[in-house]
Amino acid sequence: MLAPVALHGITFAYGEGELRRPVLRDVQLDVAPGEIVLLTGPSGSGKTTLLTLIGALRAMQEGSARVLGLELAGAGEGARVALRRRIGFIFQNHNLLGFLTARQNVAMALEMQGTLDEADRLARAGELLASVGLADHTEKLPAKLSGGQRQRVAVARALAADPGLVLADEPTAALDKQSGSEVVHLLRDLAKKRGAPILMVTHDPRILDIADRIVTMEDGRIVSAAA
Amino acid sequence: MNETTRLLPWAPERTGEAAPVTPAPITKPPKPARPGLGALLYLPLRLAWRQLRAERARLLSAMAGVMFACVLVFMQLGFRAALFESATALLGGMRADIFLMHPLTTASFRPEGFPRSRAYQTLADPDVVEAVPIYLAQTTWRNPADGSRRSIQLVGFDSDAGALRFDGIEAVADALKRPDTIAFDRRSRPEFGPAAAMFEAQGPFDVQLGGRMMELAGLVSIGASFGADGNAVLSETNFRRIMLNRSASVIDLAALKVRAGADIPTVVARLRATLPPDVMVMSRPELVAHERAYWENATPIGFIFAFGSLMGLIVGMVIVYQILFSDIANHIREYATLKAIGYSNGFLSRVVMGAALILAIIGFIPGIIMSTWLYGVVGGATFLPLRMELERGLTVFGLIFGMCVIAGLLAMRKLRDADPADMF
Ligand SMILES: Nc1ncnc2c1ncn2[C@@H]1O[C@H](COP(=O)(O)OP(=O)(O)OP(=O)(O)O)[C@@H](O)[C@H]1O
Ligand SMILES: [Mg+2]
Repeated sequence: MLAPVALHGITFAYGEGELRRPVLRDVQLDVAPGEIVLLTGPSGSGKTTLLTLIGALRAMQEGSARVLGLELAGAGEGARVALRRRIGFIFQNHNLLGFLTARQNVAMALEMQGTLDEADRLARAGELLASVGLADHTEKLPAKLSGGQRQRVAVARALAADPGLVLADEPTAALDKQSGSEVVHLLRDLAKKRGAPILMVTHDPRILDIADRIVTMEDGRIVSAAA
Repeated sequence: MNETTRLLPWAPERTGEAAPVTPAPITKPPKPARPGLGALLYLPLRLAWRQLRAERARLLSAMAGVMFACVLVFMQLGFRAALFESATALLGGMRADIFLMHPLTTASFRPEGFPRSRAYQTLADPDVVEAVPIYLAQTTWRNPADGSRRSIQLVGFDSDAGALRFDGIEAVADALKRPDTIAFDRRSRPEFGPAAAMFEAQGPFDVQLGGRMMELAGLVSIGASFGADGNAVLSETNFRRIMLNRSASVIDLAALKVRAGADIPTVVARLRATLPPDVMVMSRPELVAHERAYWENATPIGFIFAFGSLMGLIVGMVIVYQILFSDIANHIREYATLKAIGYSNGFLSRVVMGAALILAIIGFIPGIIMSTWLYGVVGGATFLPLRMELERGLTVFGLIFGMCVIAGLLAMRKLRDADPADMF
C-alpha cells in the first residue's frame, strides 16, 4: 500500500537573496498507513514549516512530496485546496468560528465535501461530538466551552470529513496536563479506528506514549527516528 | 430485462431485437464530489448572515448606514424629479397639440415676443384647425387676506378657443369674457392667500393685480412652478388692461389644435419648413422638455442633486466597507482556518459579497419605508409633488446594491491577509 506521506529531498528556505534563510535541508520522511508519527525537536528546527508543506498550505520549493497520492511539487492552487479537504488539521489554538455552535463548526468541515445534505451534516457532526465526549455541548458557542472542550471540538472537526491524514501542530500547548493528554488520546483512538495516520508536532513529553514512531528534527534535518 | 441488457450487452435477448447502434454506457466512472449550486451561493450567504447576526450592535450600525444612504438618495432624487416636474407645471398644464415660441425664449417666465401673425399663418396648413395667441407676463398680486404682495404669472388668451385648455377652464370661460375678470390658480403657493377658499365660500370677489382691481371670477388648476409661484388666467383684453404697455400684435406663445386624426410630428415638420425662422415649432412634449432642459442646464439644480446623491452613496459605502473590513480583520484567523481546511478563495469572497448583499437589502427596506413617509411629510410642507415611484425604487436599490458591491470588493482585498500557512 502506498504511503500516505512520502517526502523526498525536501529543501526549503524563507526570504530572498541576502535574506535567504534555509530552514529545511534534504528532508526524507515516510508515514505509513495508520501510523502515528510525532515530530519533535528544538525551537526553530523547521517542524512547523515541514507540516505546512505537507498540508499544502505553503508552496514547495525543492524536492518531492507525495501526500495522499498527490505530488505537491508544481501542484496548482485548485489541486492543493482539494487536497486540504482530505486532510484533518488541528492547530495550537482551536480556531473555531466564534459565531457558530460546536455542531455548526464541525459541520463546516463537511460542507465542502458536497456529498451530504444539511441534515446529514448536522447529524454527523453530532455523532462526532458525541465521540469526543461533547454530546451535551453540541449547541454551545465556543466561548461557552473550556479550552479542552474547544480543542476536542477541533478534533471532531478535523476528523469529520474522514481525512486520509491528520496533521497537528502542538495541539496540547494551550491546555493543562490533564485535558491535553485527554485530547491526544482521544485523537489517537479515533484516528486508529478510522485507519488515518497522524503526523503531530509536539514538545510535550507527556504525550509521547501515543506515538508509533518519534522523529526528531534539528536545524532543518531529521536526525533520529525512534520506534 | 432492461436491467440485464444494460449490464450484459452481449446477452442473447439483445441479438433478437432491433438493437440500438450504440449500447447505453454501462457504468460511469465515479465523479469526484463537487459542491453544487447550493454550496456555491447559499452556504456563503448563510455563513455571512450568521457572522453579521452574531454582532447585533455592528449589524444595526451597518443597517443604519445603508438606510441613511438610501434615504439621502431617495430624497435627492425625489426633490430633483419634483422640482423639474413643478418647473414645467405651467407649460405642462397647457393642453394643446402644437406650440409656437420665439427661438430665443429660454424659459416661459422670460418670454421673447413674436408677431401675432405667425399664429394665423399656421392656419394655412390643412391640418391646423385652430391657433390661439397667448400672452405671458408677471405682475404683482396682493394677498386678499393680509395685503402682502407677490409676483404672479398672468396667462392671457381667448378662453373660448378650444385649442388651449387648463384644468377647470370650461367652468370659467364665460366669466372671463367680462371686463376685469381673472381665474386664479387654486394650486398657487399659500403665500398668495386663501383666495381659492374665499372664492369657494363667498363667490367672486375683487383682488388687486398690478395696481388694478380685478374680479376673481373662477378657479383653474395649474400648480406653482420655478418661474412662477402662482398663476392667473385671463382674456387677452383683460391682460392688456393690466399690462398697459403690451401691444396686441406681439405674442409670447401660440397654441395650435390639429384636425382630429392628423399626425402631430408630420404637422410639426411641415410647419417648421414653411414658417420663418423667428418662431420655433414644438409639440407639447417638446415644449415641456425645452423648459425642463433650461432648468437642468442653465441652473446647477441637476448637479446639486446628483452631487448630494453621490455623497450619500459614498458615506454609505465607507460605512459598509468599515463593517465588512473589520469583520474580516477580526476573524482573520478563522478565515485562514477555513482556507486551511479546504475552503477556496472564491467561497470566502462570496461570503464577503454575501454580507454586502445582506446589508444592501436590510438597509434598503427600512430606507424605502422611511423615504416614503418622508415624501409625504416633506411633500405636504413644500407643495412639491414628491411620490414614491417603482422606477425610482428600483434605481435606488440598484445604486445601493452597487454601493455595497464596491464596498465588498474593497473589503475583499483584506482576505488575502488570511494565510493558512500562518495557522500553525
Ligand atoms: N513565515 C516565515 N518567514 C520567515 N521565516 C520564518 C517563517 N516562519 C518560520 N520562519 C523561521 O524558520 C525557522 C523554522 O521555523 P519553524 O516555525 O518551522 O520552526 P519550529 O520547529 O516549528 O519551531 P517551534 O518549535 O518554535 O514552533 C525559524 O528560524 C523561524 O524563525
Ligand atoms: Mg512550530
